Amino acid sequence: MLTLFLRRFPIQKPANAIRALKGAIWVGASLPIVRLLYLGLTDDLGANPVEFIERSTGTWALVFLLLSLSVTPLRNLTQWAWLIAVRRLLGLWMFAYACLHVLSYVWLDYQFDWTDIVKDILKHPYVLVGAAALLLTLPLAATSNQKAIRLLKQRWKSLHRLAYVIGVLVLLHYWWLVKKDVTEPVIYSMVFAGLMLARWPWKGRPAS
Amino acid sequence: MLLDNNRRNPSGILPSEITPQEVFEQRRTVLKLAGVAAANLLLPTSAQAAQTLDFQKSVYGKEEKLTSFEDVTGYNNYYEFGTGKEDPAREAVLFKPSPWSIKIEGAVKQAKSLSIEQLIKLAPLEERIYRMRCVEGWSMVIPWIGLPLKALIDWAQPTGNAKYIEFISYNDPRHMPGARIPVLDWPYIEGLRMDEAMQPLTILAVGLYGKVLPNQNGAPVRLVVPWKYGFKGAKAISTIRFVEQMPNTTWMKASPREYGFYANVNPLVDHPRWTQSSEKRIGAGVFAGRVKTRMFNGYDEVGQLYAGMDLKKSF
Repeated sequence: MLTLFLRRFPIQKPANAIRALKGAIWVGASLPIVRLLYLGLTDDLGANPVEFIERSTGTWALVFLLLSLSVTPLRNLTQWAWLIAVRRLLGLWMFAYACLHVLSYVWLDYQFDWTDIVKDILKHPYVLVGAAALLLTLPLAATSNQKAIRLLKQRWKSLHRLAYVIGVLVLLHYWWLVKKDVTEPVIYSMVFAGLMLARWPWKGRPAS
Repeated sequence: MLLDNNRRNPSGILPSEITPQEVFEQRRTVLKLAGVAAANLLLPTSAQAAQTLDFQKSVYGKEEKLTSFEDVTGYNNYYEFGTGKEDPAREAVLFKPSPWSIKIEGAVKQAKSLSIEQLIKLAPLEERIYRMRCVEGWSMVIPWIGLPLKALIDWAQPTGNAKYIEFISYNDPRHMPGARIPVLDWPYIEGLRMDEAMQPLTILAVGLYGKVLPNQNGAPVRLVVPWKYGFKGAKAISTIRFVEQMPNTTWMKASPREYGFYANVNPLVDHPRWTQSSEKRIGAGVFAGRVKTRMFNGYDEVGQLYAGMDLKKSF
């Protein structure tokens, strides 16, 4: 149905669509950082500014992970093959926010006190799975370029399936972090589960 | 200066930034008038909303730098009004803490109740500046106004069977939106051992910053036990029950692995999720880092209450 509907509005120049979408992603993805800087400069980050920054950057990393995981289902749904061209950008924004998240933890929260940081990671499961998720993003970020795709061939695809593992770890990180009210982790987990189910090879559609 | 909270750091203020006194005073008059107008408009019966209290200063915490009124009343854990830190300040606006009476029951000579007006006459009100350490790893310094819990205990006349005290918070889903959600087992229950309750540091707070307790901080009366984690401070207390058995408190029921009955601030006993060896001081600014958490939150005099106990097991 949707496919038939969309076919009535063919995108004549995918290159333009890609450019427009990439521009929109750059603008949209920068806004949370601009907001944090603005709130920081106006002393408006609330009573616990460090926690505010940690939560905000962490949430945006998760959002960009889910956005990057939604490209394939969306492409299958719309049959717009060109959508794949924005996936890398979304993934790299996830990496950027994950780095800011960890930087705010290591710097603003713990002031580079490595003894305390190592203790915190080893003693608290939610920090440990978060740290594991970050480690797993490193090879993905490092191979997010044409050269790596050419070199790794089929293995690139297998490697980048780590995004699913990262998703599970990040959601665990979130579940274990909240004290009692799990509303938000539930919502994000349901979105993640939906995106995983959408990859299921339903009849007639090849697995991707 | 850039990201630093220079507003909270008086030494960082430039002379050019200081508002002239006359302008400032004008602003206060305007605010006062606006406040009176708003009070008359919205709350004709509860003019005590910003009522000041008569109290004596005390020696406690004179050397501490107070957390701002804004942060003390804007960053609260009070799940009956929502699980977000900003929820209570918003959701508790219409809550009516007056008239109020506290039921005294259980192992007492005679079950009875008393009003807030009666309660504050049991002992002179005192200002107690206490550190408050939350189990989540942050802390504040709050100038409470209250009276020793011991004054109420003496008035209640507990019998020999009273080994513990159970504090039951008010629970009204109609006026407490958070209490409609079974996020915790309502009503909120806290407890103390009798000797902890009699300790002179333990108070029932009815105010802060010289004024009647704001709703979001547990109006009209809450428990403050400064050497324990913040969640021990039951808010909007409606019943005080003297019991023989250790009460099963709300957070113990929620997660016995994480929250014990004693909940003494202890940097050596780690919480399964949060570091307890250090804490973030609210209002200290983005780049302030953490301060080391002290045993019993620095109130060493309570140590004798736990002589011979394994505080790793009785956490």
